[in-house]
Amino acid sequence: MISLLKKSPLNGKQWALMKLLISVAVIVIVLLGGLFLDEGRLVTNLADRNSPPSMDHLFGTDWLGRDMFTRTVRGLTLSIGIGLIGAIGSASIALILGMAAATMGKKADRMISWLIDLFLSVPHLVTLILIAFTLGGGFKGIVIGLTLTHWPSLARVIRIEVMQIRSAEFVQVSKRMGKPGWWIAVHHILPHIIPQLLTGFMLLFPHVILHEAAITFIGLGLSPHEPAIGIILSEAMKYLSTGMWWLVLFPGLCLLMIVRMFEQIGENLRLLTDSNGDRD
Amino acid sequence: MSILEVENLSVTFKQYTAGLKQINHKVLSGLNVTLEAGEIVAVVGPSGSGKSLLAHAILGILPSNASVSGLITFEGEELTPARQLAARGKKIALVPQSVTFLDPLMRVGSQVRTSVRIGDAVGAQRAVFDRFNLGREVERMYPFQLSGGMARRTLLSTAMVSDAKVIIADEPTPGLDPVVIKEALDHFRELANQGCAVMMITHDIESALLIADKIAVFYAGTTVEIASVEEFAGQGEALRHPYSKALWRALPQNDFIPIPGSQPHPSSLPPGCLFAPRCSMATPECSQVQPQMRTLRDGMVRCIHAT
Amino acid sequence: MATLLVAICFISFLLMKNSPIDPIQAYIGADMFKVGPEQRAKIEQYWGVDQPLMVQFFHWGSAVLSGDLGISMIYRRPVMDVIGERFLNSLVLMLTAWKLSGVIGFVMGVVAAMKKGTWVDRLIKWYCFTLASTPAFWMGLLILVVFAVWLGWFPVGMGVPAGVLAENVTLMDRIQHLILPVLTLSMVGVANVSLHTRQKLIDVLASDYVLFARARGEKGFILFWRHGLRNVVLPAITLQFAAFSELFGGAVLAEQVFSYPGLGQATVAAGLRGDVPLLLGIVIFTAIFVFVGNLLADISYHVLDPRTREEGKV
Repeated sequence: MISLLKKSPLNGKQWALMKLLISVAVIVIVLLGGLFLDEGRLVTNLADRNSPPSMDHLFGTDWLGRDMFTRTVRGLTLSIGIGLIGAIGSASIALILGMAAATMGKKADRMISWLIDLFLSVPHLVTLILIAFTLGGGFKGIVIGLTLTHWPSLARVIRIEVMQIRSAEFVQVSKRMGKPGWWIAVHHILPHIIPQLLTGFMLLFPHVILHEAAITFIGLGLSPHEPAIGIILSEAMKYLSTGMWWLVLFPGLCLLMIVRMFEQIGENLRLLTDSNGDRD
Repeated sequence: MSILEVENLSVTFKQYTAGLKQINHKVLSGLNVTLEAGEIVAVVGPSGSGKSLLAHAILGILPSNASVSGLITFEGEELTPARQLAARGKKIALVPQSVTFLDPLMRVGSQVRTSVRIGDAVGAQRAVFDRFNLGREVERMYPFQLSGGMARRTLLSTAMVSDAKVIIADEPTPGLDPVVIKEALDHFRELANQGCAVMMITHDIESALLIADKIAVFYAGTTVEIASVEEFAGQGEALRHPYSKALWRALPQNDFIPIPGSQPHPSSLPPGCLFAPRCSMATPECSQVQPQMRTLRDGMVRCIHAT
Repeated sequence: MATLLVAICFISFLLMKNSPIDPIQAYIGADMFKVGPEQRAKIEQYWGVDQPLMVQFFHWGSAVLSGDLGISMIYRRPVMDVIGERFLNSLVLMLTAWKLSGVIGFVMGVVAAMKKGTWVDRLIKWYCFTLASTPAFWMGLLILVVFAVWLGWFPVGMGVPAGVLAENVTLMDRIQHLILPVLTLSMVGVANVSLHTRQKLIDVLASDYVLFARARGEKGFILFWRHGLRNVVLPAITLQFAAFSELFGGAVLAEQVFSYPGLGQATVAAGLRGDVPLLLGIVIFTAIFVFVGNLLADISYHVLDPRTREEGKV
């Protein structure tokens, strides 16, 4: 298998780019599907209920006769959407606080590091439950909860990166030449952390999506009206002993696939942009 | 007959540049060097010119993205990867540059003992340590606890306990004070006198001149001259290659004139002779094809104008 | 650390106070209409709801310090008792899964690194990446469907057989109920440990000292055993201890799927039904749990790495 790879026309980096593009394509297709798929399939249709997968209903139907395929795809779109909001929120907070910690003096650094430790000392899920409970669950609670629990790790990474860049020679030279702080931040520091930031941002998605599904599954997240994957699976749990395996298998499998796609994007992005000397 | 012969050795690395392209670094090109038993050959060249790779190539421990061409002969037969595996550590031993080459979580005594191939490991290790004036407590220390001189002696011990006939020392002298350097060099001389062949890879030409029998001058990934140590004298008239002469004259105790320009980068080697862009004797033919190594007055040189 | 704990207490307390769920309502539940206003006032006084915020926090804080975390609304017992009992159940679950995933993950990581680039490595990498992207609760559901519903090998949930008196529950019973949750929890944990171990071992194998060891003719298993193992076990152990946070998160989900009566399930119940004292208690407790894990990680580092133990250069 190795010799096959060596003879392939693409080298390692080009391969990474291809994998990245394929993953993006899959996600886009799912998103478009979720936005344009026939709403009618979601309507209660008791005649068709509890049927296993078939040509008509790719993923089978549930006890209300709703098409599982449509429900799943819509659920995925919802997950990606919430993932997007959560990831953007977290990444923004991480960027601001990470840079602040590295550039605004020792006191700011100590305070922000303490804050990071604070958030990291309680298990993610527990914090999420706490926040969701406080804000009464639902969309708002879950989004805020997700945003607040995922920024610490990325902030740490950014803080270290920025600190390293600041001590690099070319920044020191800039300072000596009299360039003001913000100019240095924009022209020197920002370009260097953008790859890390982008990779970190993409890698936030898997966590955010999985946590959102988990909280919704538990019952503290989105309301049962929304076709979220977590809802689909928690309802499926009630019908497990009836043997309707398709209610569990497909939604979860699709969620897994979507999360995996995001991971692929993040990993391959890192491969492409990490200038730390990759050889082979 | 020479115990180790390297002919036309070239080593190329694949690497990625910014973006998606792959480029090739030819770090060693057409390198020639020979070792005889009882002799010390110093491979002398500027820092960072890839000299350590010569040692790794001989031992067969280059990284996986390296491609090697050329011929290495050991004890009269071709040194195939299988023979390299058998010879490593037993017949050909490496003395590495620094303690970073020792396992940080193992006591140095045990590490030296793993080099012993036959007989009583503990006894052999203690004997060598005694010779180097390393007390009994040293064997229980960890690498990070060794001072510079002690580290140097420990690294040397790993080679000495192995009964190897060929010893390759990679940069044995940096960062040490003159007394310790002299000691280390004397040990090498001793090893050679006992019949071993020693290859000393270094940028420290002054130390090399103290104990080497032959000097192989290394430039931009290849050897440009092999001369005996006596020829490094006076104004360097006995030397053959313009680079060797310039190198000799650039030393502080001589004229101290630096050579203008700098070494070419392995990814952008000039066509023809690698030294031509900086050579005062260069003619148009020099830039056409790389000169072959030829014998001249009991030594070897890679220059079409040498006499 | 102390400041962190105090801050956690305070913030959680604040959040609770501001939650839309009226603690009193949650407590009374369906009996809401049967309770008259005077009785309500009495209950409010009992819960201390009518006093200013800082006073409440002070009362609550001093009670916590003396070990009294209040009474759980759902279980009608002291929070400490509930946490203690449920934590024991969760501990068994977590410890077993932790050890399993630690050992299996380590072995997998080592194998993958030693055979880097071969199909074994690719298979392990693919497996781990997929596993890491898997929703833990979905994995639990799948396991439930396959092993409990279809094959019927294991019970569908709970910690002990239903309808059996406490004194009649055997060890075998308990183990039987543990197996599926442990399986769920370990499967997801294995991925992380594997990948980290693999990467660490790859770094070690690319290091200078391994290069020198190879130059001395060491190879294969002996090379790994002598140099690789030592240098990789240390980060692996440290990682394991620092993963307490993830472990508890996984336990919450596994317990929920299998209705296993552990601390995770209690957390969910507390969140869903607005059991303020219990939730607060759990938040504090888990923070301490994570802290202990990190502390153990630091200690293990100090004990196992000679560089931090012995004196410096001679």
